[in-house]
Amino acid sequence: MPFLTAALAGVIFGIGLLLSGMASPVKVLGFLDLTGHWDPSLAMVMAGAIAIGVVGFAFAKRQTHSLLKLPMELPRATAIDRRLIIGSALFGIGWGLAGVCPGPGLVSLAMGIPQAIIFVAAMLAGMQLSGFIQKRLRFK
Amino acid sequence: MSIDWTHFTFGQSLTGGMLIGLAAVMLILLNGQIAGISGIVSKLFNVRQGMWRWAFVMGLLLSPYLYRFFATLPAAQFELHWSVYLIAGFVVGLGSRLGSGCTSGHGVCGLSRLSKRSLVATVVFMGTGFATVYVARHLIGE
Repeated sequence: MPFLTAALAGVIFGIGLLLSGMASPVKVLGFLDLTGHWDPSLAMVMAGAIAIGVVGFAFAKRQTHSLLKLPMELPRATAIDRRLIIGSALFGIGWGLAGVCPGPGLVSLAMGIPQAIIFVAAMLAGMQLSGFIQKRLRFK
Repeated sequence: MSIDWTHFTFGQSLTGGMLIGLAAVMLILLNGQIAGISGIVSKLFNVRQGMWRWAFVMGLLLSPYLYRFFATLPAAQFELHWSVYLIAGFVVGLGSRLGSGCTSGHGVCGLSRLSKRSLVATVVFMGTGFATVYVARHLIGE
């Protein structure tokens, strides 16, 4: 059952990305181009997602277990440290360069778009490096 | 700044966003897990981690094929040189793991949880995202 619900959540997430237009990097870059001809679509996506999310997470926070009796694994980290800032800053730079973030990257990969295949492969390599950095440098 | 009314998809983006929110709520309420794509992907190959991640990613990869049953797939426009996707992908992978999240983990789930840490992360990555596009489009010019 947890597999089925996770798969269904993945399908709905992907359909949401496609319907919202966020699977297209041009739309994302249109949003990030604040000083140009600005396309506010991404702000609507965030607003719609958070409007639903706020209700669901408010309920989730009060539970110790999920409806499928699995432990409620809400993030416990609250630290606003150098790692969070540097990582997020880098993520934003990469996002701004291509207009692709991990979700849309995977959906476009599934659609067989060569540039998305390159993006996801490089992303996996970047994730590997981050694991290495964190282990070797005890980067905090 | 001028608003690009011809490309602004108010209803579709709002509805799509609500579906993304619904998916995130389903995953937390049913599986007790956060729908953070970078976190999910980075733990895929770790055998000690839950296999539900594979199911979620399979669903995500299947979504364009299901979408096609009901509507025409929107054109995914990747208009830059392939090397940009190589560099961007690498930086996205590195940054999202160091920062413990991306647009979905911090942006959607974190803000929905009213997490201050995720708010800071989202402000930072949106900020550097805006700055990067500004530099690429208006200072260097593509």
